[in-house]
Amino acid sequence: MEAFVFFASAAIVLTGAVGVLTSRNPVHAALFLVQTLFGVAVLFVLQDATFLAAVQVIVYAGAVVILFLFVIMLLGVDRAENLGVEPIVGQRPLAAVIGASLMGMLLTLLLVATDGPTGAPGRTAPLGDAGDNTRRLGEALFTGHVFAVELTALLLTVAVVGAVVLARTVKGPMQPLPVVVVATSTEPADADAGPDTAADEESEEAGGA
Amino acid sequence: MLDLVWLIPSLPLAGFLVLTFGGKRLGEPWAGWLATGAMAGSFLATVGVFLDLAGRDVQDRRAVTTLFEWMPAGDLRVDVGFLADPLSLTMCLFITGVGALIHLYSVGYMHGDGEFPRFFTYLNLFAFSMLILVLGDNLLLTFLGWEGVGACSYLLISFWFTDEANATAGKKAFVTNRIGDWGFMVAIFMTFFTFGSVAYVDVLDTTAAGTVAQSTATFIAVMLFVGAIGKSAQFPLYLWLPDAMAGPTPVSALIHAATMVTSGVYLLTRVNPIIADAADWVPTMIAWTGAGTALFAATIAVAQRDIKKVLAYSTVSQLGYMFLAVGCGAYVAAVFHMVTHAFFKALLFLGSGSVIHGMDGDQDMAHYGGLRRFMPITAGTFIIGWLAIAGVPPFAGFWSKDEILAFAWNESPLLWAVGLVTAVLTAFYMTRQVVLTFFGRHRFADPRSDEVDAVWAARLAGADEGVEAARAAVVDAETALEVRRGAATAADEAAVTEAEGVLSAAVDALTVAEAAVADVRAAADVRPDLPALALAGAPDVGAVADELPDAVADRAAHHPHESPWTMAFPLVVLAGLSVLGGLVQLPFSSSTKRLEHWLEPTLFHNEVHLSIGAGTLWVLAVIAVAGGAVGIAVAVAAYGQRRIDHTAFERPILAEAWRFDRKVSDFMGGPGRTGFDATAAFDRKVVDGAVEGMATLVRREAGLLRRFHNGLVRTYAVGIGLGAVGLVLWFLSRSSF
Amino acid sequence: MVVTTSWYLALGAVLFSIGAVGLLTRRNPLVMFMCVELMLNAVNLTFVSLGAELGDLGGQLSVFFVLVVAAAEVVVGLGIIVAIMRRRQGATADDLSVLGG
Repeated sequence: MEAFVFFASAAIVLTGAVGVLTSRNPVHAALFLVQTLFGVAVLFVLQDATFLAAVQVIVYAGAVVILFLFVIMLLGVDRAENLGVEPIVGQRPLAAVIGASLMGMLLTLLLVATDGPTGAPGRTAPLGDAGDNTRRLGEALFTGHVFAVELTALLLTVAVVGAVVLARTVKGPMQPLPVVVVATSTEPADADAGPDTAADEESEEAGGA
Repeated sequence: MLDLVWLIPSLPLAGFLVLTFGGKRLGEPWAGWLATGAMAGSFLATVGVFLDLAGRDVQDRRAVTTLFEWMPAGDLRVDVGFLADPLSLTMCLFITGVGALIHLYSVGYMHGDGEFPRFFTYLNLFAFSMLILVLGDNLLLTFLGWEGVGACSYLLISFWFTDEANATAGKKAFVTNRIGDWGFMVAIFMTFFTFGSVAYVDVLDTTAAGTVAQSTATFIAVMLFVGAIGKSAQFPLYLWLPDAMAGPTPVSALIHAATMVTSGVYLLTRVNPIIADAADWVPTMIAWTGAGTALFAATIAVAQRDIKKVLAYSTVSQLGYMFLAVGCGAYVAAVFHMVTHAFFKALLFLGSGSVIHGMDGDQDMAHYGGLRRFMPITAGTFIIGWLAIAGVPPFAGFWSKDEILAFAWNESPLLWAVGLVTAVLTAFYMTRQVVLTFFGRHRFADPRSDEVDAVWAARLAGADEGVEAARAAVVDAETALEVRRGAATAADEAAVTEAEGVLSAAVDALTVAEAAVADVRAAADVRPDLPALALAGAPDVGAVADELPDAVADRAAHHPHESPWTMAFPLVVLAGLSVLGGLVQLPFSSSTKRLEHWLEPTLFHNEVHLSIGAGTLWVLAVIAVAGGAVGIAVAVAAYGQRRIDHTAFERPILAEAWRFDRKVSDFMGGPGRTGFDATAAFDRKVVDGAVEGMATLVRREAGLLRRFHNGLVRTYAVGIGLGAVGLVLWFLSRSSF
Repeated sequence: MVVTTSWYLALGAVLFSIGAVGLLTRRNPLVMFMCVELMLNAVNLTFVSLGAELGDLGGQLSVFFVLVVAAAEVVVGLGIIVAIMRRRQGATADDLSVLGG
């Protein structure tokens, strides 16, 4: 039973991830992300981390992604990205290499190696069962790790203040971004027109739309 | 009193500073009095310190007074301090004493010169540098003074720099000194490398203890010797000293006779333990360089006509004697001769300055003669100086020169022979100088060859003009005749005849004029050449005696005058010292060898002991005196009594100083220049090229690496990803399967 | 079959790699951010799995904090993106290359 749930969740997670990777429309990508997050939440439940699963759904899927969608809609960056062209030379192959090697090596390490990664026996607090999880988590947090909690609270406050400052509208005419044709100036000539043309295409479309 | 040793160089320094900033306002003569006062004060301080030191026990006669720390740089610690010991105080005594007298003399000599204050500024600066040189307690401080006196020498030689020849002479002195300075600097480096210190106390005590390798000592000694020959004008770096006579005479007396040129001898005497520890060929080289230079310079002095050039070559020669003494291990004799030489050479130079002053700037001895009637004090003191330098007993020069010759005999009879020949030549050319200047007939009013030549040329020109005029007259007459003939009628026969008569008269006149020109030419051809030195009587100028230019008559009316008291007084004092100077080191018994006892603490027992008996010493002395007498006699016979033809001695090659100077210039201009250009090109291309090549290389590499910084986040993310891959790879390599 | 911890870890590894590739490949900054979220989730999964295997609460605690910080990071990051993207419609990550040398 557990295996079935695991495989189903794994499938959901992976399809969602691939979906984020390949969707052209950022709104689609956000929705695929929600799918992945749900799958991960299920996996959390499987591991008896019920509180975290709930938090995952509420905070991550429920708030962060919504925030993403807000920004997408606000800025109107929901134009489809041209996935066909890659302006930076060698980026795709290198990305493929990195991804493949990372995956390969990690899997090898995890599955095949005899003395794979192990941790020392944990010392924080004993893990309870699913029902107990919230209480135990709360106890551990607010006794042993209360300092960290306070720091994260401070961090959140700072983040909020920072975000407000960053994103406020400044009165006055909008200055355009500096156009620096440096990105591919050292690359061969065929890629030179890349970002500018892509940007111009998008801005033209934006301007035209 | 000993702690007042700092006062000795400080007073001239203070004088220099005051004169730099206020000299022009002080003007003549107060600038001169201030400078002289500074020197006199310095002399008094020196006497005080001397008396203090002399009153102490022999072992205590070395006091180092440190003023402040100059260079604390890692292992190198150099302090500014003064070493008051017998050697340095002896030098200080005659530097300040003779220096003060020369300052006083300059007040009179430079009277009327527009740059009077500047002269004394430089003189005081020179005195300060020289005192630092001898009082410094380490090699670096001595070098500072060394360079200082070199710079002041340049400033003072080219004092009248508006005349380009003077400026060139100053530059030549400075550059030639510099070549020697290179040797000195290398020696300082090696000294620090070997001893870890450059202070005399450390270096000399360590060397005297015998812990220094012979090769090191040899190297240092040779390098210091190179520095010494530059400063003390030994062959081949003597070239600058005769040219340095372009400076005012007090400069020649102070710098190029008494003090600066003795720095080399002082340096070698100071480092006698190092020379003693060096290989045996080093002192031999020093001795032969000295002896060779002495002989070489003496031969040149025989044929010089400029009164100061004779003395310049004489100085080179006497310095050669001092080097000869150092090379033979006779340090006391070298210092003794240095002291007596300071007295009589300064006297001779100041005397010659007095003569030049009295003759209104004429330095050619051919124009002198019989000056003792006009300048008795100058003549009297000059004669005393002459007797001293010629080695006539009991004057000072005899004792010191004899001491050197004795040690030379002790070392090698060949060296002694060279020294003896030089002594004979010295007596000869000094007598020649004295006779030509002060005795015989007064040649100043004699017509000079250029004047006579001008007169003959004028005569010839006049005769030629006469011929031209006559020719023109003939042409006129001919044309007149033609005109008359052309316009003739029978009635004008008389006019035609008249014109013919005029023509014939004109033709006759032409013939006469041409004959006159021929006569003048013939007379000019047979006229006698003017002698270089008109010793017998006024030169026979032949037929042009009445047509000489007015300059001759003006000179006849001129009377050379004696110098003022500011110039005469130092002459008298120096003459007294030249007479009595021998008393400090009489060789008769140990108690009379005062200088030797006095200098003992500085010699570290390196003084060679004479292994010849008293009898040999007497014989050598008699031979030396006899040689001197021969020299004097021959000179008197040639120049005074005219029994020997003097031109036999004054060969042109001697007058041109063996053309050595010209050979050096040719070499430097030719192959030398190629060498310089090659070195400069090497420096530019290889040395600079390496440094700049480094920079270009770095820049190119940076240019290549720059391409990774394209500012794109994704590229940087790729970098991070690659790094992560690498990290995991490493973990993978460490795990087992 | 029994699903051991390794399976969860393997899943986490795959999810992480997918996220990495996505980050390197996509140009839209918001999508790049989402890929970062994928990677963070993979890490969270790993933490929880290992915590469960070792019977220790530390894994879940770490995830808690990661979650909080990730949320803060998203807030600030989106603020920056808003600030930049407002200036120019349709800007991509490739246009922000002023710091290039």
